[in-house]
Amino acid sequence: MSVRFQLTDDQRALKAGVRELLERRFGREAVRRAVDTPGRLDRELWRALGDAGFFALRLPERAGGVGLGLAEAVLVFEEAGRALLPGPLVATHLAAGTVPGAAGGETVVTAVDGELVEWLDEADTVLGDAQAALPLRSLDPLTPLHRVPDARGVAAADPVAVLLTAAEQLGTAVRVGELAVQHARTREQFGQPIGAFQAVKHLCADLLARTEIARVAVYAAAVTADPADIAAARLLADEAAVRGARDCLQVHGGMGFTWEADVHLHLKRAWVRARRGGGGTESEELLAARLAA
Amino acid sequence: MTDLSYTPQEEEFRGRLREWLAKVLPTLPAKPAPDDWPGRRAYDLGWQRMLYDAGYADVRWDASPTVRLIFLEETEKAGAPYVGANFVGLLHAGPTIAAEGTDEQRARWLPPILRGEEVWCQGFSEPGAGSDLAALRTRAWRDGDDYVVTGSKIWTSHAEVADWCELLVRTDPDAPRHRGITWLAMPMDADGVTVRPLRTLAGSAEFAEVFLDEVRVPAAGRVGAENDGWRVTMVTLSFERGTAFVGEVVACRRVLGELAAAAQRSGRWDDPVLRRRLGRLEAEFRALWRLTQWNVSAAEASGGVPGAGGSVFKLRYSHARQQLYDAAADVLGPDALDLDRPWVLDRLSSLSYTIAAGTSQIQRNIVAERILGLPKGR
Repeated sequence: MSVRFQLTDDQRALKAGVRELLERRFGREAVRRAVDTPGRLDRELWRALGDAGFFALRLPERAGGVGLGLAEAVLVFEEAGRALLPGPLVATHLAAGTVPGAAGGETVVTAVDGELVEWLDEADTVLGDAQAALPLRSLDPLTPLHRVPDARGVAAADPVAVLLTAAEQLGTAVRVGELAVQHARTREQFGQPIGAFQAVKHLCADLLARTEIARVAVYAAAVTADPADIAAARLLADEAAVRGARDCLQVHGGMGFTWEADVHLHLKRAWVRARRGGGGTESEELLAARLAA
Repeated sequence: MTDLSYTPQEEEFRGRLREWLAKVLPTLPAKPAPDDWPGRRAYDLGWQRMLYDAGYADVRWDASPTVRLIFLEETEKAGAPYVGANFVGLLHAGPTIAAEGTDEQRARWLPPILRGEEVWCQGFSEPGAGSDLAALRTRAWRDGDDYVVTGSKIWTSHAEVADWCELLVRTDPDAPRHRGITWLAMPMDADGVTVRPLRTLAGSAEFAEVFLDEVRVPAAGRVGAENDGWRVTMVTLSFERGTAFVGEVVACRRVLGELAAAAQRSGRWDDPVLRRRLGRLEAEFRALWRLTQWNVSAAEASGGVPGAGGSVFKLRYSHARQQLYDAAADVLGPDALDLDRPWVLDRLSSLSYTIAAGTSQIQRNIVAERILGLPKGR
């Protein structure tokens, strides 16, 4: 045929299935329960994710995996991001096949990423040297963090980890877009829904534009696995998630500044993820080097 | 998303086209000066004739969106001439006539467009009808076999050298404003047509104003029914939002590489702020290229109809293009103020991108209302 840069029916079905599973297993009530019990990872949920193939997704079928590729993995991680799913998802997914129990969700695996480690106290296996790690009071109530002082000789970020993080950021952008539009349609001021005001409309339109360009960047990088495409995807996905969450907060007005609204949870998580893999600076330099080559 | 590769047939098309371009481009005459209108007309029509003789004239019409994408990518990469004076004929008027015209109209107007024999211009915008195109007021009355047209049009590219103008006129001032508009093909040599060049901020006369004083336009040149011109026009506009900017994205990516090379030569590459800024632009243009492929795949799946992705693309692309040439100014340093330096005129031209074909503000309204379903304001 020709370039088919669209989701296949199977991919759509996979995405819908994961969304349905996460809505059932980690809906809004579960999110708020997790917020109220910080630092605790729900092992039952972790095993359910393992049963569903979340971690074994890219392992070959003969190794007990699902046998799918990176293209499918980004769709699953997009849904995880959209659902605010907590835990060292990327590290455990990448450890499936090397760390026993990771694939099935019996083992929680985390990894030192630069000067930070997520979920250190809950992890069964830690990749990298976290001996000197000290806990910090994490900004994100759903991601406990340790700081590794004077981290030296940090290995370059695994491009696949960067891409899966970008996919999670894409999911955040999608979700905050939904929340912003929902609020703009229903909240009335000056006798009309605030979404009828162009100033609010334009915030929402820009949010969608950032999301859609991040989407094609993430999906394309999943097909090519080219480190430059992955760097581009991370830059656009970080922007879509962080700026999207901020604009969503703005659209929510005073409500957006409360603990009760979910917006801050998305923004805080987006900030945590934007620090992974050397941050955006590393990706910008990678792309610049490619330009100069 | 499965596949970003091309089929053997598509790759074969690409190979043949590449070979042909390598053979013919060196034989082209020198490019005429920007203000040499007759020269530009001859040059652009000559290029179209070469495409016609080689069997590529109608790629923009008949081919699948993917083949069109390959055509635009390869011609741009090879540095082939732009569509130029053929723009309205090939990308607006022609497709409209093909979709909505009668057999006679198609036989009369389409072959000369494809063969590079006639130039079309577009009489849509008016001084009082820009983004709000449906506010147009140029009047037309039926008189026997003719319409008699009075009014004025603005932003008309290539009017000085056009043979025909695709004209929107108001035929029923009492109808709701979208329902009283008619599409006419107007001969530019008719009595009562006055063309006045319009100098842009870039210093050149890229556009013109067209004044119409009781111009008689044969009713046989009406495409679609009387008062149905708005719908007929929308067919044209959605065509434009499909693949119109493909070549430009390829060109922008080339410019970005040239900027990096220039910055390395001048030592400005050592500035991490500039370097990262170019890196970020590289991310943006890579993604814009992917968005183009995504939209083309979507169009292919839906039978060639460009979807709402066009508005998202235009919003991001027009902004990115301006950022690209702003970055160029940083690379140039003081030379950014010298009109004889490369990229300086392009920087000025880029200012039109967030305005032309629907301002960014209108695009955001379209995205918010048609895609996100937000209510219309009072």
